[in-house]
Amino acid sequence: MSTIEVRPETYPQKEVQPRVVNDFSIQVATVNGSGSQTANTVLMRAIFQMGVPVSGKNLFPSNIAGLPTWFTIRASKYGWIGRKKEIDFLVAMNPETAREDVQNLEPGAAVVFDEPLKLDALRSDLHFYPVPFDKLVAPVCPEPRLRKLVRNMIYDGVLARLLGIELEEVRKALYKQFGPRKVKAADLNWGAVQAGWDYAEKNFTKTDPYWVERMDATRGKIIIDGNAAAALGAIFAGVTVVTWYPITPSTSMIETMMGYLKRFRIDKETGKATFAVVQAEDELAAIGMVIGAGWAGARAMTATSGPGISLMAEFAGLGYYAEVPAVIFDVQRVGPSTGLPTRTQQGDILFVATLSHGDTKHPMLFPSCPEECFTMAQTAFDLAEEFQTPVFVMMDLDLGMNNWMSDPFPYPDQPLRRGKVLGKEDLERLGGFARYADVDGDGVGWRTLPGTDHPAAAYFTRGSGHNEKAQYSERPDDYMRNMDRLARKFETLRKHVPRPEVILNERASVGLLCYGTTRYAAEESRDQLLREYGLETSYLRLKAFPFTEEVGDFIDRHARVYVVEQNRDAQMVSLLRMELEPEQIAKLRSVRYYGGLPIDARTVTDEIVAMEGL
Amino acid sequence: MSTAVMPPKKVNRIGLEIGSYKGGKTTLCAGCGHNAISERLIECFFEMGIYPWRVAKFSGIGCSSKSPAYFLGLAHGFNAVHGRAPAVGTGALLANRHLIGLTVTGDGDTASIGLGQFCHMLRRNVPMIYVIEDNGVYGLTKGQFSATADLGSKLKTGIVNDLPPIDTCLLAIELGATFVARSFSGDKKQLQAILKAAIAHRGLSVIDVISPCVTFNDHEGSTKSYSYMKEHDVPLHELGFVPAFEDITVDMGEGEVQEVTLHDGSRLVLKKLGRDYDPTDKLNAIRTIHEAHRDGHVVTGILYVEPGAKNFIELLNLVDEPLATLPESKLRPPKEALDEVMEELR
Repeated sequence: MSTIEVRPETYPQKEVQPRVVNDFSIQVATVNGSGSQTANTVLMRAIFQMGVPVSGKNLFPSNIAGLPTWFTIRASKYGWIGRKKEIDFLVAMNPETAREDVQNLEPGAAVVFDEPLKLDALRSDLHFYPVPFDKLVAPVCPEPRLRKLVRNMIYDGVLARLLGIELEEVRKALYKQFGPRKVKAADLNWGAVQAGWDYAEKNFTKTDPYWVERMDATRGKIIIDGNAAAALGAIFAGVTVVTWYPITPSTSMIETMMGYLKRFRIDKETGKATFAVVQAEDELAAIGMVIGAGWAGARAMTATSGPGISLMAEFAGLGYYAEVPAVIFDVQRVGPSTGLPTRTQQGDILFVATLSHGDTKHPMLFPSCPEECFTMAQTAFDLAEEFQTPVFVMMDLDLGMNNWMSDPFPYPDQPLRRGKVLGKEDLERLGGFARYADVDGDGVGWRTLPGTDHPAAAYFTRGSGHNEKAQYSERPDDYMRNMDRLARKFETLRKHVPRPEVILNERASVGLLCYGTTRYAAEESRDQLLREYGLETSYLRLKAFPFTEEVGDFIDRHARVYVVEQNRDAQMVSLLRMELEPEQIAKLRSVRYYGGLPIDARTVTDEIVAMEGL
Repeated sequence: MSTAVMPPKKVNRIGLEIGSYKGGKTTLCAGCGHNAISERLIECFFEMGIYPWRVAKFSGIGCSSKSPAYFLGLAHGFNAVHGRAPAVGTGALLANRHLIGLTVTGDGDTASIGLGQFCHMLRRNVPMIYVIEDNGVYGLTKGQFSATADLGSKLKTGIVNDLPPIDTCLLAIELGATFVARSFSGDKKQLQAILKAAIAHRGLSVIDVISPCVTFNDHEGSTKSYSYMKEHDVPLHELGFVPAFEDITVDMGEGEVQEVTLHDGSRLVLKKLGRDYDPTDKLNAIRTIHEAHRDGHVVTGILYVEPGAKNFIELLNLVDEPLATLPESKLRPPKEALDEVMEELR
């Protein structure tokens, strides 16, 4: 319960505001387990169907039922789909948080609320729309035990009426959401939408300035979360062994993948699976199975989050040193330890880069949107097999679990790159091979797969010291030669990872450097800096570690480079320091947000403005 | 110069000599039980006529886990991290279902650091031969108790173990292994029969072999020493094994004989010794092991076998071809599939 003392008279009176079209945020505050997700998705989709760029973010507790949940929808005619700090339109359904939610609003915001909460007594500088949800739900939902789930759909109708969302688009979105097999449930919910619309029509005079108007900016686009996109990417990249241990926020990647695998990867002739999915007993086993499968030639992956990554450290070192392909999706959440399991962060970057004891280095990819989750899945498998090493795809909760507008994914136009594997015929020709010999000068040896039908195929894989022939060795020269070759391999890899996206502004002396989902705030902040402060900026978005030459070039071209990221300790700055020259390091400035919500543009802008002294 | 004609070297049914089944020179102590087990593995794979390159060897960390370098040198091997051989082996067998999985680890791997993985491998009935070289101590770190050390057994330093042991065979039977045996590295004949039957079995075979550590646990007061085993080993039956490719009968001499036919048609021949023992009776197996603990015996032989159970690969309904070598045409769904999904998400 909020304990904030209420003094409405301290607020300024609301003023007449100009019309605000397709540029505002809606926040729906509910209790988790109340079925609000459906109502929120339908609302978001209806706006999307009206051609307005939109994003949805679910702020939920680590709990199944009864705790507060907020869902934020942002409509932006400019296409800004990062989180917006200010809430313009609140739907207050949760008595536990309603008073605090209202207190936190900026003057001029609108509030649809459950009438008995009497929130309109709290402030006089907001636009209030009280709705008697219980009274409205009874006639449209005769079955009392379903009312809890159906009543949320009423606010979709109210908001549609107040914001000017076409009712037909709400209907389409609703029936799409329920699908052809749940028409009865859809009908029931459609009744609730209509009841909300009718109530708003009869009882409200619109006083707030927020409107949705039809645009044409979403034609052909899809709505998808990053986890589903990564799942599809892995399937089209030919994944064959998937192991996992359930952990928020990565769970839905594997669950979605299982559905698509059953649809698209059952052999038509035999009815048998061209994949294996194993729910392991823990993350140790999950990555262990991936290492075993990768060693034996499968495209193998697991998906996890920070706590799982901690457990995988041991095997990550083995994968690096014994040179075994593996793909690990890390959908980052807030640490340390259990942290905030349902909130977002880029907190594993530094840990993963050198995961495990000893001298280790791992390539990381930084997808920033669902389309990159899809395409980088193949990049990850290709790199893992070509370079015989674990590859980490660093997503985060915001990307993985939230809904994003996206262009449809391109069908892969590149064949699967399976790397250096010697088969029976090669062995016939060569007579034998040395597993860890650098015959091509790129640091990457040739391997054979167990089961290869040839007496010269075998080699012994181990995490202990070994020479070029994979024999046990503790000799200093063998050890150093091997470690130096691994370093050389990493340098070859550097030339093959995705290159950053760079926007060079010739007039700018300041650059913004970002990665992953930080891009949305960074890109919008550049717009704010230019419009509000006249500050020209350049932009670089990292897509991978190790860093490519573009990164140093970018820093050289600018006087100051602001590294925008979502963790406390400026982890990417630390990683950059490991690879850059002192004069380049001196130019780096850090902009951080690590509260667990997706970073927003205003936070970035304010920080840069302060540091630039504008 | 000798003009004597060398006798033709003995070859097995696939034309390979025993040399094709050997590995590197052992670096374990002279007299270590593990070396005897390596010898038995070499003989059994040779006599069973298995192409060594169809075998994939797995191990964890410890003296026992070094041993895969000392047998089947023509097989791929993976000396993984401590206690995690089950996961690595499971993954490899998922990738290539035609591999013959052979894990050789120790009691530290199995009963302590890797107990979790061991348990879940049992539940899954992963088609693998899992040999525990069980000596009750950590050898590489110079002689600490492991979790299979018996209550009251003594270290060389005089320290007495006051915790009860984990019986890996009891655990295996309880948690779903479909072939569970206990043997002694010094019992060549019994161990051979068990290993050959394990090769023929299509599910998980857990074989706990008491394998004395001559350096740290072969003294008076140890329950894993050669002399202790010679005095306390109680074989449940005399074992014979008839592989599917040999249509013969074995002469087991006088006595009551029971036969168990394995999935590939091989036959285990068990000749009664003293008491009746039916290795397909799970409850009786558990009772027998508990009784042995009570009476201070080590019962050896085939403790439990369930030839017909589905293994993990069969449960997953995998295609016949190894997943690892499926062509791109089988791995990447067509463009229409992606178009279909994209349309649903519009």
